[in-house]
Amino acid sequence: MVDNFNEMYDGGKVREPYKRLEDWTNAMPTELRAMKQAEAEALFRRIGITFAVYGEGGDPDRLIPFDMFPRVFTQNEWRKLERGIKQRARALNAFLLDVYGRAEIVRAGKIPGRLVFQNEAFERAVTGFTPPRGIYSHIVGIDIVRTGPDEFFVLEDNCRTPSGVSYMLENREIMMRMFPQLFRENRIEPVDGYSDALRRTLASVAPAKCDREPNIGILTPGHYNSAYYEHSFLADLMGVELVEGQDLFVEGGFCWMRTTEGPKKLDVIYRRIDDAFLDPLCFRPDSMLGIPGLMDVYRSGGVSICSAPGAGVADDKAVYTFVPEMVRFYLGEEPLLNNVPTWQCAKPDDYKYVLENMADLVVKEVHGSGGYGMLVGPKSTTEQIEAFRQKVEAHPENYIAQPTLALSATPTFVQEGIAPRHVDLRPYCLVGEKIELVPGGLTRVALKEGSLVVNSSQGGGVKDTWVLAE
Amino acid sequence: MILTVNHVTTYDYDAPMRGAVQSLRLFPSRFDGQRTIRWDVEVQGGTRGGSFRDGAGDKVEGWSLRGPVSEVTISVVGQVETTDTAGVLRGHRETVSPLAYMRETTATWQSAEIRDLARDAVGETEDALDRAHRLSTAVAEAIAYRPGVTHAHTTAAEALAQGEGVCQDHAHALIACARALGMPARYVSGYLLASEEGAPHEAAHAWAEIWIESIGWIGFDPANRCCPDARFIRLGSGLDAREAAPIKGVAQGEGTERLEVTVALEQVQQ
Amino acid sequence: MLSRTAENLFWIARYIERAETMARLLEVGARIALMPSAGHGYRSEWESILQASGTAEGFSAKYGDPVQRNIESYLFFDRDNPSSVVSCFERARENARIVRTALTSQVWDALNGAFQEMRRLERMPRSELEVTELAEWVNRQAALVRGAMDATLLRNDGYSFLNLGFALERADNTARLLDVKYFVLLPSVDFVGSGLDNYQWQTLLRALSAHRAFHWAYGGEITAAKIAHFLILNPQSPRSLITAVTMAMEHLDALSRGYNKSGPAQMRARALVGEIAETRVEEIFDEGLHEFLTRFIRDVGELTEMVQGAYLSGEAR
Repeated sequence: MVDNFNEMYDGGKVREPYKRLEDWTNAMPTELRAMKQAEAEALFRRIGITFAVYGEGGDPDRLIPFDMFPRVFTQNEWRKLERGIKQRARALNAFLLDVYGRAEIVRAGKIPGRLVFQNEAFERAVTGFTPPRGIYSHIVGIDIVRTGPDEFFVLEDNCRTPSGVSYMLENREIMMRMFPQLFRENRIEPVDGYSDALRRTLASVAPAKCDREPNIGILTPGHYNSAYYEHSFLADLMGVELVEGQDLFVEGGFCWMRTTEGPKKLDVIYRRIDDAFLDPLCFRPDSMLGIPGLMDVYRSGGVSICSAPGAGVADDKAVYTFVPEMVRFYLGEEPLLNNVPTWQCAKPDDYKYVLENMADLVVKEVHGSGGYGMLVGPKSTTEQIEAFRQKVEAHPENYIAQPTLALSATPTFVQEGIAPRHVDLRPYCLVGEKIELVPGGLTRVALKEGSLVVNSSQGGGVKDTWVLAE
Repeated sequence: MILTVNHVTTYDYDAPMRGAVQSLRLFPSRFDGQRTIRWDVEVQGGTRGGSFRDGAGDKVEGWSLRGPVSEVTISVVGQVETTDTAGVLRGHRETVSPLAYMRETTATWQSAEIRDLARDAVGETEDALDRAHRLSTAVAEAIAYRPGVTHAHTTAAEALAQGEGVCQDHAHALIACARALGMPARYVSGYLLASEEGAPHEAAHAWAEIWIESIGWIGFDPANRCCPDARFIRLGSGLDAREAAPIKGVAQGEGTERLEVTVALEQVQQ
Repeated sequence: MLSRTAENLFWIARYIERAETMARLLEVGARIALMPSAGHGYRSEWESILQASGTAEGFSAKYGDPVQRNIESYLFFDRDNPSSVVSCFERARENARIVRTALTSQVWDALNGAFQEMRRLERMPRSELEVTELAEWVNRQAALVRGAMDATLLRNDGYSFLNLGFALERADNTARLLDVKYFVLLPSVDFVGSGLDNYQWQTLLRALSAHRAFHWAYGGEITAAKIAHFLILNPQSPRSLITAVTMAMEHLDALSRGYNKSGPAQMRARALVGEIAETRVEEIFDEGLHEFLTRFIRDVGELTEMVQGAYLSGEAR
């Protein structure tokens, strides 16, 4: 913990981007802080941002804890990150286009075919079809951690439907409402261009058959979904429809919305449901959420689906290891952002190493998400490690392991005052006619002292993320 | 050989449905063994949707019907010229990697018995083609042809345990055996002309294809202990029967469905 | 707009209207309980309140005999009762959450606020809650919701679907209330010479928040004909059947103008309004009040189905 990089300090000195925040916190009495915190909470609750936690009873209207202490990047730091993120988003899309086509990267022996074609997320059903502009992942969420002033690592890629962007936008909105002074004193790049950029991105991948301004819809699993707020929030910001499977049907090679004025054509679907639930005719026959026949319409070019079905094969944790290789193979560039060194239990040598060093490693399930199915060695009891070891031994190919990184921390308001807490960062890269990235992202913070798990489902919180203008 | 096909599928509903959607994989494959002379697919009262050819080379066409629907009739009338390619799927354009056909499905789950059957069948043989033939023979011997004892959802393992089944069960078992030995395999649906001796089979038929690295995809029909020849018409393929089904459809509503199928296959006398 | 969105809006309004009806019924019940002449009539009053609320069956299945306390909690707090105030507010708020983006933040705040406060009420000991206060609380919350809607919503199709929900639910509720008490208004009661039973008709008017308005509108001696006229045929009366169906017709017409398309629902609404507008009280009594109301409830039900089929079901072409 003591060795970890604290983003606010450089030795005893306050680092440049945090200079003004020091005065801000010094000038804030405890009572005012408590008041502001309550105000923020009331605002969130009124707006309706709540988060249903999977597998937990309790309050369905629980709020994600919001920490008022912002996380700050300099323009320089951000530029480097931005280049690395865009590069990665391009490579991931090139990879998807390739593996659903001739799979040159496999033929070239750069990645084992087994990893791609036998992957659960590889959708045989979309081979031989090229989506508009050849783009599969239109919103790429890249989870980044920091271990030093210039050391950033990509923890994982999210090519399907990365969530959380509403928090990025709302955190900023609420900070600006509560502390306008801060925004006058610090020149902070705005993030509110995100919704327009997202709309542009989605519109730019409308099917070729669409010869007018495309109709866009966000496809949600419904209001019981934990991210429903985000879905409706984004639909509202973009001025597009928020649809459920039951609102849609296919006819004549197109997808239609059921409206009070009769059927209305839908051209682009930003789906927030998994592939398996898109179309019972093509994927899970028992899916109640899907639209029968949608995949036929998609593959015959009647509607665009974002992200494209099958995009998940690029964000698999086993495929992750090969992303730097993708950057070299498709772009002919050196990766600007590094991967965390990863051991794959599918490889005998790696497997052996992992079993021997489990107590020092983070072991993850290849297909797990949200911080479930994972073991943080140094934070676990002998029993927990033993239990997890048995799982790994049963299915080595389902697990990878990474070193426990010395995650950076940023100052965070806690009961006793201000204390460093570990953070990560998820920026949202948009890939359409252009590749765009708003200056900012979602900073997640592990609120428990010493904890490295930032997932909201496991007690993580969120922060506003600033990129300072020059 | 010139074959004519007359295939009518009817779904009857005891209560009118709000609507129905069909996805049809009902078109002859394009490869050296077959040439389509004419082929008409029609869903009575339906609206034709988009169509496309997928990465496995199959043509797929969507259809929809507005409610109220009390009957869906899909009719296929066509004529195909076939030649015997000894089961080899030559000249077939597809982009999917054979590795994509290694995935297990419920219907092709490899039970210990399946794996034993596969291992025992090939013995010491190294040659892939020889292995495939042996597997096909072993499956034919292990599962006797008997209609009515299995159903649409019977798995390969179940059919093997039972020792009886129809062409779907044979194909599933062969696919499971091949995959158990690391050979990509897939399910093929199509038609088969009745032979004069009256060998047991249905006109709507199914068999398996196994990937042989040096040759490509080769068909095996354990039910008839042969490789597909000029009597066969190939339609489409998939990981198992569900994926390769020539007709997939759903109807929205409360009614229960009754299915009736008639297939007539005839050789045109020349 | 999406048919499902329209349906959600329609039901927000219906639930709010229904919650109000429940609250008024509770208030009436509480008043009767204070009457000195309770006794036998008192018990049958509670029964008729359950009848009027359409919850008698569910209640007797759960509690058996109508005991005041049980009725109060069944009509207000019970989640097993789909028409209880709590159920209505919860569903209205859930429907609103689904269509948040079709509402203004003021409307959401009103609905969400009512819901949050209701959860607070639920946690309070029942003994601290007076039924009359609860009823007033409901009316206040409903008024806030309506006020926010009237003040902030765009006058678009969504607004019409909300108001259709209010109008059709109100038409149905008023008719049912009347029907449960139709025997009080039988002309024969007049003939007997004792005039209308004081608390019976008060009950009825109070249940429709109309006892003061009635006196302003009519004055003089109270007769069955006057009451029937007031609650059925008087367009000035906010809860009369004609007011409710006229409101439905107006919003259906607004929809047909906006969509440039008219259908059977519009025709049916116009026919219904036309028919009631030409009806005289004597004709209603000739037909039989109960028969008239039964027919009306059926007509409103059919109109609601037409609205459903034309706009909310998603089957519109």
